[in-house]
Amino acid sequence: MPAVTETREQVEKLGKSSYEWGFETDIEMDVAPKGLNEDIIRLISTRKEEPEWMLEWRLAAYRSWLKMKEPTWAKVTHPPIDYQDVHYYAAPKKKDGPKSLEEVDPELLRTYEKLGIPLHEQAMLAGVEVPEGEEARLPVAVDAVFDSVSVATTFRKTLSEAGVIFCPISEAIRDYPDLVKQYIGSVVPVADNFYAALNSAVFTDGSFVFVPKGVRCPMELSTYFRINAKNTGQFERTLIIVEDGASVSYLEGCTAPMRDENQLHAAVVELVAMEDASIKYSTVQNWYPGDENGRGGIYNFVTKRGACRGARAKISWTQVETGSAITWKYPSCILQGEDSVGEFYSVAVTNNHQQADTGTKMIHLGRNSRSTIIAKTISAGKSDSTYRGQVKIMPRASGARNFTQCDSLLIGDQCGAHTVPYIESRNMTARVEHEATTSKISEDQMFYCRQRGLSQEDAVGLIVNGFCKEVLKELPMEFAVEAQKLLQISLEGSVG
Amino acid sequence: MSELLKISGLHASIDADGAPKEILRGVDLVIPPGEVHAIMGPNGCGKSTLSYVLAGREDYEVTAGSALFKGEDLLAMEPEERAAAGIFLAFQTPVELPGVNNANFLRTAVNAVRRARNAPELDAVGFLKAVRAATKNLSMADDMLKRNVNVGFSGGEKKRNEVLQMTMLQPTLAILDETDSGLDVDALRIVAEGVQNLRSPDFSALVITHHQKLLDYLGPDRVHVMAKGRVIRSGGPELAKQINEEGYAAFLKEAA
Repeated sequence: MPAVTETREQVEKLGKSSYEWGFETDIEMDVAPKGLNEDIIRLISTRKEEPEWMLEWRLAAYRSWLKMKEPTWAKVTHPPIDYQDVHYYAAPKKKDGPKSLEEVDPELLRTYEKLGIPLHEQAMLAGVEVPEGEEARLPVAVDAVFDSVSVATTFRKTLSEAGVIFCPISEAIRDYPDLVKQYIGSVVPVADNFYAALNSAVFTDGSFVFVPKGVRCPMELSTYFRINAKNTGQFERTLIIVEDGASVSYLEGCTAPMRDENQLHAAVVELVAMEDASIKYSTVQNWYPGDENGRGGIYNFVTKRGACRGARAKISWTQVETGSAITWKYPSCILQGEDSVGEFYSVAVTNNHQQADTGTKMIHLGRNSRSTIIAKTISAGKSDSTYRGQVKIMPRASGARNFTQCDSLLIGDQCGAHTVPYIESRNMTARVEHEATTSKISEDQMFYCRQRGLSQEDAVGLIVNGFCKEVLKELPMEFAVEAQKLLQISLEGSVG
Repeated sequence: MSELLKISGLHASIDADGAPKEILRGVDLVIPPGEVHAIMGPNGCGKSTLSYVLAGREDYEVTAGSALFKGEDLLAMEPEERAAAGIFLAFQTPVELPGVNNANFLRTAVNAVRRARNAPELDAVGFLKAVRAATKNLSMADDMLKRNVNVGFSGGEKKRNEVLQMTMLQPTLAILDETDSGLDVDALRIVAEGVQNLRSPDFSALVITHHQKLLDYLGPDRVHVMAKGRVIRSGGPELAKQINEEGYAAFLKEAA
């Protein structure tokens, strides 16, 4: 087992670290033994009080995973991952529901505080009952996932009045088995790829959203993921179903403590948009990226896919990826419905020794389906970043259109940026456009900014934010501000 | 204090294909507070290099000499510290910043400088008020604030934008590197008035130019002639008139 330095000691040693979410929370944990086998899967299923069909589904996924190999086509390298050296289940020890903040595990509250979650929201996250009227002040409903479990979901009452279901997926499996059974694995099949199969076998929690016909979800939904325990893999599963004419905007944020060893994160997100439905899915991914020498950091192997099943359905992915040692992620759209729309807006930042291979897939099946891809890649330090995107126009997708724009910005002379588009058009009437540029922050630009009084960091931040503007404007307001700051922090020390 | 800027025996060189090439060869120059000085000289004499070295561009290596600004060692400061101390360089070729909103850039710069000078930062309203007044004085269209910094600006718009930044940043020493080049008569007058509006006992300017016209507007206190990396002659405004009529030949012969 690799040496582990306790986070707190590390922070003290380093003084002020640039990764300010790198704290660890000391909470009594219920942890499964390391390793993966059918017994562990049974244990997870039992702990989650799952029905038999779910266990069978997991076991089927596990059995196909055993026959699969890690994909090697991505432009990332890492030492072999020992899948038996990971805890597949870790949960804060369950106590009966707290009545007030005083009864909540103070360590958990301290964690929320460090994450900047306001106090009344903390109370809700910790499951404390809040007086009527109190909750209406908050614009965002939050589901917080801590290691393997969803610790709290806020605003459920307001949402349920609108007919919206927003809860941990473990709860949905128990309370809404028919919905889950119908849709889970319908967009990302269990044997879709190595990591998706692994996730299907061992996923422990995640969020479930159901927006019924004609309902516009009254507020932004947000899930906050945090890996805390040592050697824990996080395998969350998110399922969002939006019925005819309904719409939702969903935000996802991620952090993890700083650790010397690499941690595994393999999530699956499935989106289903029916006729005239719209889903906006925004991510600010800030998993621990490892230190400046490339030690530690999260391996982030994620499968995200949405299906526009009905006519005029729309799915829009926006992501700001600044964290993780390795990012392997391709949020995709299957555009089945006529006139359906897929969008992918991405900013991927890599610094130090980070590696990112990210992009999207737009599969056009429906007539006149349209897709837009705007991908901004920023590489600094000794990092390597690849945009990998597939646009596929199937024979019956007459009049389909795609526009792709990939821009890379290099900072320094030791990093790399690559663009790998796969374009396949099987319909003569389709129109596919691809534009790509690569640029550097020039010394002229830096000097100009600094002559006007900006520090190097501010100058890089301003130029980078300018470079990413088309993507950042797609983010919900409160996320956009956070993302801008994050971009700047991620690139600290990359110039000069 | 009778010396805002005091340059003594300044030598600087630039890396030219691996070998240092000396461009400044012992510049001596003093600018007192509240004065406007002009520097004239043939192409390649080191005028722009002097402005870059004073502003802190890293491509140049200072090999000897000193530059004191308000009594402080200017050459030891980072470019942004020099800006905060009150040095402003109006670029000969203003740099484009794609995607960076002009107003946002200006406000970030103004507040960075104000912070460094222990002045309160301007909020959005205060900033907008100040910048509107300044753009009006410079006859700039409002939409220039919404566009990206210098991107797609005409030559004249770029120069006006420099003067706008100068107005907002309130420098004590403005260095104008051929700000008048490529301007039509009207634009030249507007730019010159922009500089004139700043004139006060707390504002000095070092104006690099080839043309008499700008100096007619500004009425410089002193004119310096540079050649081969040195100031070879200093005098009153009449020096500029002489150059305008006779060219540099006589001065160069004198310096040789």
